[in-house]
Amino acid sequence: MLIIECPWCGKRDQTEFSCHGEAHIARPLNTEELSEEEWGDYVFFRKNPKGLHYERWVHAHGCRRWFNVARNTLSDHIHGSYKPGETPPTIDTQEVSQ
Amino acid sequence: MNRYSIFSLIRNSVNYHQDWQRAWRSPDPKKEYDVVIVGGGGHGLATAYYLAKECGITNVAIIEKGWIGGGNTGRNTTIVRSNYLWDESAGIYEHAMKLWENLSTDLNYNVMFSQRGLLHLAHSVHDMQEIGRRGNAIHLNGIDSEFLSPAQIKEMVPFININCRYPVMGALLQKRGGTARHDAVAWGYARAADAMGVDIIQNCEVTGFRMENNTVKGVETSRGFIGAKKVGCVVAGNCSVLAEMAGFRLPIESFPLQALVSEPIKPILDCVVMSGSIHAYISQSDKGELVIGAGSDAYNSYSQRGGFDIIEETVGPVVELYPIFSRMKMLRQWGGIVDVTVDRSPLISKTPVDNLFFNCGWGTGGFKATPGSGNVFAHSIAKGEMHPIAEPFSINRFNSGALIDEGAAAAVAH
Ligand SMILES: Cc1cc2nc3c(=O)[nH]c(=O)nc-3n(C[C@H](O)[C@H](O)[C@H](O)COP(=O)(O)OP(=O)(O)OC[C@H]3O[C@@H](n4cnc5c(N)ncnc54)[C@H](O)[C@@H]3O)c2cc1C
Ligand SMILES: [Zn+2]
Repeated sequence: MLIIECPWCGKRDQTEFSCHGEAHIARPLNTEELSEEEWGDYVFFRKNPKGLHYERWVHAHGCRRWFNVARNTLSDHIHGSYKPGETPPTIDTQEVSQ
Repeated sequence: MNRYSIFSLIRNSVNYHQDWQRAWRSPDPKKEYDVVIVGGGGHGLATAYYLAKECGITNVAIIEKGWIGGGNTGRNTTIVRSNYLWDESAGIYEHAMKLWENLSTDLNYNVMFSQRGLLHLAHSVHDMQEIGRRGNAIHLNGIDSEFLSPAQIKEMVPFININCRYPVMGALLQKRGGTARHDAVAWGYARAADAMGVDIIQNCEVTGFRMENNTVKGVETSRGFIGAKKVGCVVAGNCSVLAEMAGFRLPIESFPLQALVSEPIKPILDCVVMSGSIHAYISQSDKGELVIGAGSDAYNSYSQRGGFDIIEETVGPVVELYPIFSRMKMLRQWGGIVDVTVDRSPLISKTPVDNLFFNCGWGTGGFKATPGSGNVFAHSIAKGEMHPIAEPFSINRFNSGALIDEGAAAAVAH
């Protein structure tokens, strides 16, 4: 079980939150012009990395606000949380591989 | 290969079982193979077996980073069934079921396949409609399924608590469904493939692909480069990692899925009982342990462990349905990394790289498909064209929109 830091409420048990997958996937603006390949890519294809993952969480049983978390998917170590719109923290990949 | 039989058992027992042959060799990798299979789980081993047996391709290696069957194959709750909603799924899972029914004889290895019957419980009007729709669809595909009333369920599982928090209103029964011994499936395929000349190379991790003109030429491994005319990748939860090495992405995310077993007890449960809506599924192994499948974590992870809260969510409904189990002690708990697609159907597919094939996305429910998946994947690799049963499971369906939506349809993960 993880301890997750909501940028607004602080550290809480993971069961208060729900995870919504890879962060920073921007919805394409020129939707009319997109090919099937581009639509499929946007909707379904994911990086699913073993290691550093930037992901979206929502504090479902708390303030109900969205934010992002940088987490290592191999060790489940959490590097930190940040608010939507903020640039993701750069994380030393040496540290990530530990 | 020495054949296993009652006579070999007697012969070896007089020598105090000192003279049994090794079940497979441990060869050094050759420079090049016709086909390299990455991943020595059930699906990879079955692929190699059918390549050798049915396609006449014996210059094959299986490259496994750990030990064979140490991935999801050795971690799953061994439920086998073929009662899926869609025609495409019926095609592949029933193909597998037919192979299961003769597998021990075919491999000369007892995989302990036991068609003990499998129940899907319905706990609400919606559940009843779902099993009604699915049961009839299954019938139309010529696969067995029966509807049971609560009284009939009680006959099969006398100690079940029908009037629990979410009362049991009915069930769908597949009599031909059941379980098999997971390790034996890996070992049986390994032994039979090895006997036909397939090299099983364990403790050898694939770290990259060598490619020329967008065509795969072999794999880089922790034991050096191994050339290959064709490569089949069957690495379950690690498929996105291998895809990244080959320069593309997959419509897949990896999650930990857990299971637990109890201390062994005398026979009490002689069928498999699954409940999708309250997520409790349970069977009893031949050793006597209750085998309980838990849910998956709701975030990507490769941590082969799983969250503690998931266990609580799992044992709650189990105790509610079977109060008699409330004082059982759990012996072991573990996790495997499952490769989940959004439509809960697998990928058996060509890839953007020529001669590189992927078989993955089996997620929480691919053990049951092992023989069928290996069989059609072998034929697809041998021919260079996808087998008709595999064709609908191409990666392209995520671009064309022709999804095979078993997740929404069956609402059951396994
Ligand atoms: C807890 C749990 C319960 C389950 N219950 C059921 C069930 O009841 N019924 C059912 O049908 N299914 C079930 N499943 C799903 C089922 O286990 C899988 O779908 C199936 O076993 C996948 O088989 P596989 O051969 O594709 O993968 P695996 O057995 O995982 O084999 C993949 C292999 O690839 C190897 N590998 C990975 N990366 C590399 C690399 N870079 N180089 C070399 N080798 C590599 C791994 O070490 C592994 O051995 C369950 C899964 C889990 C985790
Ligand atoms: Zn909050």
